Amino acid sequence: MEVKSNDYPRESARVIREEPHVRESVTGATLNFDSRRRAAYAEVDAEGWRHFAEGVKNHVLMNLDHYLEQAAAALERGGIRVHWAEDAEDAQRIVAALVREKGVRRAVKAKTMISEELGINPLLESLGVNVLETDLGEYIIQLLEQPPSHIVGPAIHLNLEQIRRLFHERFGTPLDAAPDTLAAAARKLLRQGFLEADLGVSGANFVVAETGTLVLIENEGNIRLSTSAPRLHVALVGIEKLLPRFSDLSVFLTLTARAATGQRLGTYVSLIQGPRRPDETDGPEEVHVVFVDNGRSSVLADLEAWETLRCVRCAACLNACPVYRQTGGHAYGYVYSGPIGAVLSPGLVGLENTKPLPYASSLCGACFQACPVRIPIPKLLLTWRHRAVEEGLTPRFEKAALKGYALAMTQPWAYRLASKALRLLPEKALDNTVVPVLKAWVEGRAGLKPSPRSFRELWESGEV
Amino acid sequence: MKVALFVTCLVDQFYAEAGVAAVRLLRSLGCTVEFPPGQTCCGQPAYNAGYWNEARQMADHTLEVFEHADYVVLPSGSCTTMVRAFYPELYRDNPRAFARASGLSGKTYELAEFIVKVLGITRLGQGLAGQRVAYHHGCHALRELGIKDEPVALLRNAGAEIVDWPAATECCGFGGLFSVKLPEVSLGMADRKLSTLPEIDVLTSADGGCLLHLSGRVHSRGLPFPVRPLASVLWEAAQKPAVGSGA
Ligand code: SF4
Repeated sequence: MEVKSNDYPRESARVIREEPHVRESVTGATLNFDSRRRAAYAEVDAEGWRHFAEGVKNHVLMNLDHYLEQAAAALERGGIRVHWAEDAEDAQRIVAALVREKGVRRAVKAKTMISEELGINPLLESLGVNVLETDLGEYIIQLLEQPPSHIVGPAIHLNLEQIRRLFHERFGTPLDAAPDTLAAAARKLLRQGFLEADLGVSGANFVVAETGTLVLIENEGNIRLSTSAPRLHVALVGIEKLLPRFSDLSVFLTLTARAATGQRLGTYVSLIQGPRRPDETDGPEEVHVVFVDNGRSSVLADLEAWETLRCVRCAACLNACPVYRQTGGHAYGYVYSGPIGAVLSPGLVGLENTKPLPYASSLCGACFQACPVRIPIPKLLLTWRHRAVEEGLTPRFEKAALKGYALAMTQPWAYRLASKALRLLPEKALDNTVVPVLKAWVEGRAGLKPSPRSFRELWESGEV
Repeated sequence: MKVALFVTCLVDQFYAEAGVAAVRLLRSLGCTVEFPPGQTCCGQPAYNAGYWNEARQMADHTLEVFEHADYVVLPSGSCTTMVRAFYPELYRDNPRAFARASGLSGKTYELAEFIVKVLGITRLGQGLAGQRVAYHHGCHALRELGIKDEPVALLRNAGAEIVDWPAATECCGFGGLFSVKLPEVSLGMADRKLSTLPEIDVLTSADGGCLLHLSGRVHSRGLPFPVRPLASVLWEAAQKPAVGSGA
C-alpha cells in the first residue's frame, strides 16, 4: 500500500473542514465502541488480564524464533502448508504462484488488514482474479474503492445515508431502507460469491504455536465461509501473531472481543487446524499460511519500539482516541491509523515517510488505558518524536525556537527579560496572524492576554 | 509545613492571580510558602516535542532550584507530571541525576492533591455554595498521576455542584505544540468537549495550557461562562468558612 502519511497535517485539516460528516460518523461510532469496551472491562479483572496478556505477548516476542518454528511444524503436521514472506513482494509472489498453480478465478476475502498492507487486492486483480470483500464494511468500501478507515469497522467514516444512496444506486434498494434490508441485499450477493469462489483469503487473530491452530474472531460469519467454502484457503499472518499455548486463548479470545467491541466473545470463533480430512464433508482442499515479516523483525530488534508488536489489532486505542475521532483513519495515509498506526507505521515503513504521525496526538494517554496488551503508546510517540529531532526531520525554525527557549529558561535573567517584553507588546500584538505559530493559535482562540503583572512581579513587590 | 511554590511559566505569565490564590490558600492552611526566584519553565514543551536534550537542560536547572525544598507544589497538573514522572525518565542513563530527579519527584505535588493527600484537608469552606462547576481533568494529572478525586472533592465539599459532564475526562485538545501544529484537530477536540457541557456557572481546571486553549475557544464561540484556574476557584471556596467550623 502506498504511504501518504506525510500529508497528515493537510489531510486532517481538509477532512475536518470539508467532510464534517466524517467526524460525526466516526465520533458517534467510536464513542459507542469505547463505552462498550469500558463496560466489558469493568465486568472482569481487566487489569489482571491486561498484565497477563502483556506478559504472554512479551514472552512470545522474546522467543519468537522458537515459537515460529514450533508453529510451523505444528501447522504442517495438521496438513497446512507454511510459507515465509520477508516483505510485501515476497508475499505477493507466494500468492501469485498459488493463484497460477491452482487456476484461481474468483477470490473471497475475509476482513484482513495485512492483506491491505501487502497490496493483495491489486495483485489478485492484476492476475485476472475477481475479488470480493465479504465483510459488510469492507464490501461497502470496496464498492467505493476506498481503503479501510478503521481496523475493526472499515466503513466507520460513512453514515447510513451514504450507504443507503450507494446501495440504491447499485442494487436498487429504497433510499430509506432499514439497515437490515441493506445487509440482506449485500448478503444475497455475497452468498453467491462464497459458492463460486475458489480462493478464500484471510488473516488471523492468533496462531497457537503448540497446536498449530489458526484463530479467527468475527461477527458476521463471512470469515468462516471464506475459509471453508472455497477449495483453497490462504491465511496471511504477521509473525507477531503467535500465542504459545492453546490455553492462552482463554484470556486472549475474550479480552480481544471485550477490547474491540465490548463483547464477551466474538459471535464466531474459528479454530482451523488443517484442510478437509478424508472423512469430512466441508472445508478447503488446501490451507496455506504465509508468515509475513515486512518490517516486523526490525521493529522487534528496536529496543525502544519492540513493544508495538504486542498489538492484537483490536482498535480499542482508535476508539479511545479523541484525535482519531476528528478525522477517522484515511487522513493517516497508511493502513494502520489512530494511535497504533502512529507508532507502528514509522517502524514498518520508516519515520521519514510518516513524519507527522508521532505528532498526531495530544499525548492524552487514553489509548494506553484502553489497550488490552498495555502498549505504552504515549511513550512510543515521544520516542519517535525524539528520533525525528535526532535525525533532523523536524522543521528548522522549530529546532531554533526550542533551542532558544531552553537557553532562555535556564537563565533566570533571560526569563525575566522575556516576561517584561511580553508585557511591553502593544495591545494587539498577540492577535497577530502574521507569525505562523501565533496565527495557528489565535484563529479560533480569542482573547490571549498576559496577566497585567506577572506573578513574579507581584511576589517581588511584596503584594502576595 | 514549608512549601516551595513552583508557579510554572504559564501561570506566572497568564494566570498570575492563580499563583496569588495558591499562595494565600496554602498560607491559610498553615503552610509557609517560598518562591525560589531562579525558577522558570519545567521543560515540558521541549520534552513533548522530542527535544530531550533541551528538556534536560531545563530539568537540570529546575532540579537545582528546587531540590532543597521540603515540598514542591505546583498549580498545574501537567507540569507536576513533568517533574514527577518524566524527569526521572530523562535521566535513565545517568544514575546520579536519576537519583536526584527521583528525590524531587517524591516531594512534588499538584496543589489540590497536596491539600488532600499531604495536608489531609478536604474541606476548605463553603464559598462555592450553589455554583454549578464543570471540572476539566487535565490528561497528564489524570492518567499519569492518577489525580482524579482530590480536586473534585475539594470543589464539592465547598458547596459546588459538580455537573455531570460526559466528556469530563476527555482531552480538550491542547497538547502543547500540538495545538499549533494541528490547529484544526485541536479545535475540533475542544469543540467536541465543550459541546457536551450542560449549563454551568464556571469551568475550571488545574492546567494552564488547557485553560488558555479552552478559554480562547469559549471566547471565540461566545459561550456564556467563565473559564478559571482551579487555584482561584479553591481560594474562593475558602472565603466563606464552613458552617459549624467555629471560624
Ligand atoms: S495498540 Fe492495543 S488497543 Fe491499539 S489496536 Fe493494538 S492491541 Fe488494540
